[in-house]
Amino acid sequence: MKSRGLPEVSSQALGRLKGVLHVDRRSVVGMETAPKPGRGDPPKKDKPQAKRKKPRRYWEEEPTPSAAGASPGPPRKKARTGEPRPPRSQSARIAQKPRFSKKPPIPKNASDWKKPQRTLSGAQDPFPGPVPAPLEVARKFCRIDKSKKLPHSKPKTQSQLEKAEAQEEEASVRAARAELLLAEEPGFLVGEDGEDTAKILQTDIVEAVDISSAAKHFDLNLRQFGPYRLNYSRTGRHLALGGRRGHVAALDWVTKKLMCEINVTEAVRDIHFLHSEALLAVAQNRWLYIYDNQGIELHCIRRCDRVTRLEFLPFHFLLATASETGFLTYLDVSVGKIVTALNARAGRLNVMAQNPYNAVIHLGHSNGTVSLWSPAMKEPLAKILCHRGGVRAVGVDSTGTYMATSGLDHQLKIFDLRGTFQPLSSRTLPQGAGHLAFSQRGLLVAGMGDVVNIWAGQGKGSPPSLEQPYLTHRLSGNVHGLQFCPFEDVLGVGHSGGITSMLVPGAAEPNFDGLESNPYRSRKQRQEWEVKALLEKVPAELICLDPRALAEVDVTTLEQQKKERIERLGYDPDAKAAFQPKAKQKGRSSTASLVKRKKKVMDQEHRDKVRQSLEQQQKKKQDKAKPGAHPSALDRFVR
Amino acid sequence: MSCVIGGSKNCFAAGKEVALSLASVLDPCELPATKMSAIKATKGLLALSQQDDLMDLPTNYPLSDSEDEAGSDGERKHQKLLEAIGSLSGKNRWKLPERSEAGLKVSEFNVSSEGSGEKLALSDLLEPLKSSSSLAAVKKQLNRVKSKKTLELPLHKGEVERVHREVAFSNTSQALSKWDSVVQKNRAAEQLVFPLEKEPTFVPMEHVFCEWKARSPLEQEIFNLLHKNKQPVTDPLLTPVEKASLKAMSLEEAKIRRAELQRARALQSYYEARARRMKKIKSKKAVEAGESALQKSGGGSESQPCQVPYWLPPSQPALVAILAPVYHKIVKKGKAQKALKDFEQLRKVDPDAALEELEKMEKARMLERMSLKHQNSGKWAKSKAIMAKYDLEARQAMQEQLAKNKELTQKLQVVSESEEERDAEEEEALVPDIVNEVQKAAHGPNPWMLRSCNHDAKENEIQADPEQLPEPAAPEFSKNEGDEKPVAEEGKLLEELEKRRSLRKRSELNHDAEPARDQKPKDSTNQEVLSELRALSKKLSKENHPFEKQKESPAKTVGLVQEEEPGPEEDEPLLLQRPERVRTLEELEELGKEYSLPNKELSRPSVEGEQMRTNPQNQTKGKNKKEQMISLQNLLTTRTPSVTSLALPTTVEELDDEVKRNQKQMIKEAFAGDDVIKEFLKEKREAVQANKPKDVDLTLPGWGEWGGMDLKPSAKKRRRFLIKAPEGPPRKDKNLPNVIINEKRNIHIAAHQVRVLPYPFTHHQQFERTIQNPIGSTWITQRAFQKLTAPKVVTKPGHIIKPITADDVGRQSSPRSDLSVMQTNPKRHCKHQKQLKKKAL
Repeated sequence: MKSRGLPEVSSQALGRLKGVLHVDRRSVVGMETAPKPGRGDPPKKDKPQAKRKKPRRYWEEEPTPSAAGASPGPPRKKARTGEPRPPRSQSARIAQKPRFSKKPPIPKNASDWKKPQRTLSGAQDPFPGPVPAPLEVARKFCRIDKSKKLPHSKPKTQSQLEKAEAQEEEASVRAARAELLLAEEPGFLVGEDGEDTAKILQTDIVEAVDISSAAKHFDLNLRQFGPYRLNYSRTGRHLALGGRRGHVAALDWVTKKLMCEINVTEAVRDIHFLHSEALLAVAQNRWLYIYDNQGIELHCIRRCDRVTRLEFLPFHFLLATASETGFLTYLDVSVGKIVTALNARAGRLNVMAQNPYNAVIHLGHSNGTVSLWSPAMKEPLAKILCHRGGVRAVGVDSTGTYMATSGLDHQLKIFDLRGTFQPLSSRTLPQGAGHLAFSQRGLLVAGMGDVVNIWAGQGKGSPPSLEQPYLTHRLSGNVHGLQFCPFEDVLGVGHSGGITSMLVPGAAEPNFDGLESNPYRSRKQRQEWEVKALLEKVPAELICLDPRALAEVDVTTLEQQKKERIERLGYDPDAKAAFQPKAKQKGRSSTASLVKRKKKVMDQEHRDKVRQSLEQQQKKKQDKAKPGAHPSALDRFVR
Repeated sequence: MSCVIGGSKNCFAAGKEVALSLASVLDPCELPATKMSAIKATKGLLALSQQDDLMDLPTNYPLSDSEDEAGSDGERKHQKLLEAIGSLSGKNRWKLPERSEAGLKVSEFNVSSEGSGEKLALSDLLEPLKSSSSLAAVKKQLNRVKSKKTLELPLHKGEVERVHREVAFSNTSQALSKWDSVVQKNRAAEQLVFPLEKEPTFVPMEHVFCEWKARSPLEQEIFNLLHKNKQPVTDPLLTPVEKASLKAMSLEEAKIRRAELQRARALQSYYEARARRMKKIKSKKAVEAGESALQKSGGGSESQPCQVPYWLPPSQPALVAILAPVYHKIVKKGKAQKALKDFEQLRKVDPDAALEELEKMEKARMLERMSLKHQNSGKWAKSKAIMAKYDLEARQAMQEQLAKNKELTQKLQVVSESEEERDAEEEEALVPDIVNEVQKAAHGPNPWMLRSCNHDAKENEIQADPEQLPEPAAPEFSKNEGDEKPVAEEGKLLEELEKRRSLRKRSELNHDAEPARDQKPKDSTNQEVLSELRALSKKLSKENHPFEKQKESPAKTVGLVQEEEPGPEEDEPLLLQRPERVRTLEELEELGKEYSLPNKELSRPSVEGEQMRTNPQNQTKGKNKKEQMISLQNLLTTRTPSVTSLALPTTVEELDDEVKRNQKQMIKEAFAGDDVIKEFLKEKREAVQANKPKDVDLTLPGWGEWGGMDLKPSAKKRRRFLIKAPEGPPRKDKNLPNVIINEKRNIHIAAHQVRVLPYPFTHHQQFERTIQNPIGSTWITQRAFQKLTAPKVVTKPGHIIKPITADDVGRQSSPRSDLSVMQTNPKRHCKHQKQLKKKAL
C-alpha cells in the first residue's frame, strides 16, 4: 500500500476530495423537519408565519430609514411599484407553468372563488396564483398505470375515472411539494480532475471529512473469534456481530456503547436483528436462538435447525431462515409460529437475499440458478439460470429493480428483475465475489478475498456500472459479511480480523422517515412504533412478485362467476340485446321486410366476426412465421 | 226490454233532430206493431235497446216486444205480408202509415208531420199560439243549444281516470325535474354536510368595523393619528389627496382639450387623404421629374445622367407625359443613377464610407439572390404565366420581372453598363475590381465567400458580358418595336467589349509604366492579372481532369455552371477537395434523374447494388435471429470483460496469466460433469409441460372393435374421442430462455383481491385504475390522506336535518317555482313532454 504524505493530503484535502458526508448534520431538530417524502406533513402554519415579516397595516406610518432594515417597509413598496420580484428558487419558477393538467384546479369550496384578487387594503399578493409544485417530481409519485388502453367507458364510469385521476394528481402534487422538506442531500466523492476515485484511500476520506463523520470509520480487531457476520438494525443505529467461534455482541455503534456481549459456545452462522434492536436472532450450529439486547436467551427455535442464513422481512414480521437441510422456513416473530417451511430441493442453502421491494426471498443454488420464493407458494415464483457454476452471492437493490449475482465462474452479473430477468451487465472478476450487498442508493459492494470493491451508478434507481469501481478497500482478513448501514454513509465489513466500518460517501439515503425508522428514537417512541407496526403487519401470503397485485381484480374468479350466472339465468344479462327492427310506416313494416332487416343485421355481424377471426388467424401465422425473437430496441438500425 | 251492449253511435247522430222532437211528446214504451215503423223508429231514436231488434229482424227472431202484444201477432203477420206484397209491386216502398182511428195510446212512431206541410221545428213545439215575451229567454237558450254542435259523449270512467293520471304524472315529474341537477350534484359530491348551509356571504371588514368606536386611550390616540393624516378609515382605497388628484381636471377643460385633439386629428386625416390623392397622379409627377431632369441635364454638367429615355428628344415634355406607365421605371432609373453618382462622389471624398456603401449594396444583392422575389414564382407571376401564351403584355411583364431579377442579382457594373455613358467606361471597368477588394476585406477569413465573389467577378469580366446582351435589350425591344436603336445598342455594346479587351491588354502590357493614365489603383490591376492567370490555370485544370469531364457529361445542365468553378480556387490549398464534391453532387443529381426516369432498367442495377450491400447485414441478422433461439448458451458462455481492479485480493495478486489459465482449467474440470444449461432446459420443459392444459381422452378400448391385452384402440378412434384442451395464454417466460416463471395462480392473493365489479364499471381495467391510487397515510401526505378519507356525509351533532328546500339550493321558494324552472329550462321540458307522450302511446 502506497503511503501518501499526510501533510500533502491535508493541504489538498479540500480541493481534491469533495467527499461530503451528510451524516454529521443530522440532529434531533432535523429529524422533525425532514420526514419521508410520502409522509411529509404539510408545513406547519405558525412557523413560517413567524418568520415572515409582519404585514404593514394602512394606519401604520411609513417606516423611517433608520428602521428600514427591520421594518417590512421596502418589500411592500416593491409590491406597489411593481418592480420585478427577487428571483426565487428553481422549484418556485417551475410553478409559473400550469401545474399538471391544463384545466385549473377546482377550488375546494366557494370561498376560494370569492377571494378577491386585490385586498381591500390595497396590498397585492406577492405570490399570486396557486402554490407551486414541481412537475417532474410529482410525476414520480403517480401510481396509476396509464400504459394500458381502457375499453370505451360510459359517462358515469368516465366521471369515476376522472375523479380517480384528479385524486392521484392532487396527492402526487402534495407529495412533490413535501419533498421540499427533505433537506439533506446525499454525499458524494469526486476526484480531482480525472483522478480515479477508487484510488482514494479511507485515510484520505477520513482526513477530509469532519470529526463526527471521521469517527464513523473504525476497526474492531477481533482476531480471536474468527470471521464475523454483522447486521445493522433497521434504523442504522445498532450493530450486531457474531463471530464464527461463538462471539455475539450488539452495540450502539455510533456512540460505541456496548449493549451486550456473550459467547454462545457454539458456532455462529449468522446473526440478524428482528424488527427492533431489542431482539436478536442468532443462527447457531444446531438451532436458531433469539436473544434480547441484554444478551438473555429468549427462545430456542428447534424447528429451525442448522440454519445458515437469516433474513428478516420487516413489514411481514417474518424471519426467513435457510438451512443446511435445504429448507426455507418462514417464522412469524409476532406470533411465534412457523408460517411455512419450503423445501427448495436444491441441497444446502447458504446464499440468501431478500428483495426489499416485494419481500421475495432469493436463494442461490449450486446449479447456477437463483430461485425466488414466497411463503404463499410451495414452488419457487421464478427460477433464473445465472451462472455456469454455483451461485456464491446474491444481492438485490432497494428498489427491487436489480439483482447482482456472483458465481463460481468468477463472474459478477447484474440482472433486471422487472419481468425479464435478463443480465444487464456482467464482469469477470479476478476472484469471484463471495459477498454482495446493495446500499440504499444503489451502490454495489462485493467482497473478494480480503478486498471490497464498491461500484456506483448514475444516481438512485440506476444499475451500478461495473466499468470502474467507485471505491476499493483492503482489509486485514477475508471478508465474511457485508452490509451497508441504513441512513449512514457507512459500510460494515465483517472479516476474519474483526469488523471494519468504512466510509462510503453517497451510499445511504440522507433523509429518514422519523415515524418509520428513526435512529434517534427513545424507548417510548420505539414501543409506540412497535405497536403501530404490528397493527400494520402485512399478511405473509401477500408476498408475490408484483406487490401491486392487490390493486388488481381477480379476473379468473370474475369470469367464472359471470359464467355461472349466465348458466343460472339461462341468458347473458350483460350481453348486447338482439337487434329489434323498428316499426316503419307505409307498409314497410311488413313481416317480410322485418325479417329481411333482421337478417341483414345478423349477416353483417356474422361477416364482422368472420373477418376478425380471419385477421387473428393471419396474425398468428405471421407470428409463427417470425422467429420467436424478442424485438430489441436496436433492431430499427438493422438493415 | 233487453239491454243491449255496444249500441251504435251513428244511429244517434243520424236522427238526432227527430229523436229530440219525439222524445218530448211520445212515450218510448209504446211500440208499433209494424215492422216498418219499427225500423223507422229505431232510426229516429237514440234508443240503443232497439238496435238488436233491428239486427234481429231479417233473421226472423221473435220481436222483443212480442210478449206485450201476443194477440195481435196474427194481424201483424198479415199486415207484413200485405206490405211485402205492396212493396214488391209499386215504387213507393215507404208507404206512410195511416191513422185510421183515434186511440188513447198514440204511438210515437205513427206521428206524422203531414198536416203542416213542412218540417216540424223544435221552436214550434214550444211556441205558444200567441207570442209571449216571457219565453224569450227560453228561446234564446234554445237557440244557443241549437247553434252549438252536439256534446261529445263523455269518456269512460276508466279513460277519464287514465287521463287524469297522465296529467298528474306529467305535472309531478315536471315539478320534480327541477331537482334533477341538485340530486345529481349531491350524488357526485365528494362530501355532503348536513344540515345544509347556505353559502356564507362575505361582509367587508370595513362594514363590520363601522359600529366600532375607539374607546381606550390607545385606540383614540391611534385614530387621532389617522385623522391627522386624513387616512380614510372606512374606505381605505383613496386618501383625500388621491381623490383631489383624480378631480384635478375640470369638465370644461377636458372638453376643450378634447376638441383640440379632435381638430388636430381631423386635419391630419385631411392631409393624409390629400397626399394619397396626389400620390396617385403619376403623370404630373413624371412630367415634373422629367422636366427637372431635363433642366438639370440642359444646364448642368455632362456627367449628369439623363432621366428621360434616350430615344426621346429631350425637348418633348408632352411625350414624356404620355409615357405615364413607364413612370416608375423612369423614377427608379433616376434614383439608381443618382445613387451611383453619389457613390462616385463619396468614393472620391471618403473611400471608407464608399466601401461601406458598397458592402451594403452587396448585401442587398445577396438578399435578392436569396429571396424568391422576381423569380416568376409569385402568385402574380403564375397568373401571368397562364396568360403569357396569349397575351403579349403578360409575357412582357414576366420577362421584365426576370430581367429585374437579373439586374438586381448582378454585380454593380452591370447596372452601370446598361446606361449609355461612354465617358465613364473606364470607371465602370474599375468598379468590379473594387467590389472584389471590398469583398476580400469584408469576408477575409471565409475562403468560400472569397472564392464565390472572385468567381462572380471574373465571370462578369470575361464571359458574362455577351450573356448580358439580350437581357437589357429585351424590355426595350418590346417597348419600341421596329426601332433600329436596339441593334445600334448591341453594336455599341460589342464595341465597348472590344474596347475593354484592348484596354485590358494594354494595361497588362504597361500597367507599370502608365498607372496614372489608366486611373486604376494598383491592386485592381493586380486583381485583373490574377484573374487572367486563373482563367489560364482553369483551362489547364480542365485538361488535367478529363475524367471529371466525362463524369460531368451526362449532367450537362449542371456541368455548364460547375465547369467554371474549380478554376479559381486551384491555388488555395483549402479548397482542393472541391472538384470531388462537385462530382458527388452530380452523382446525386444523376441518381435523382435515374429514379425519375420512366424505364427502370437503368435504376435497377444501382438498387441491386444497394441490396448487395445490405445483404451481408441481412445475412448476419438472420444468423442473429437463429442464435437467439439458443441464446441460453450464449448468455452464459459469452466472455465478459474482466475487471482489472486496483486492489487485487492478496491471494490472487501473485497470479500470472499462466496461473489464471490453470485455474480456469481447474474450474472447467470441476464442472465438466454437470451440464447446468442442459439440466435447466430440461427442467423448464418439464415445467411447461406440467402447466399445459391437458387433453381429455374419451376412447373406450374394446368399444366397436376388438379389445384385450396388447390391443390398442385405433388411431382414428383415438383421434375422434380426444377433446383438445384450449390453448392457454402464452407463458411469460416464452422468450426468456434462462427463466422459469411459475404460472400457477396464487390463491392466497386471490382471496384478498376484488372479484366483483362494482356498479358503474363494465370492465375490470376501469375499476383497477380507480383503486391503484394509494390512500394510506404511509404513501401520501397527511393532507392528501385526510382529503381522500374524508367521510362522504358529515352531520352536525345536535342539529335537525330538514328536508331540502328550494331555498337551500338557491332557488325561489315561491309556489310558482316549478314554472320558473320550466321557463329557464324549456328544452328539457320539451324533452320531458316527448318522453311522456311516448309513454302514453
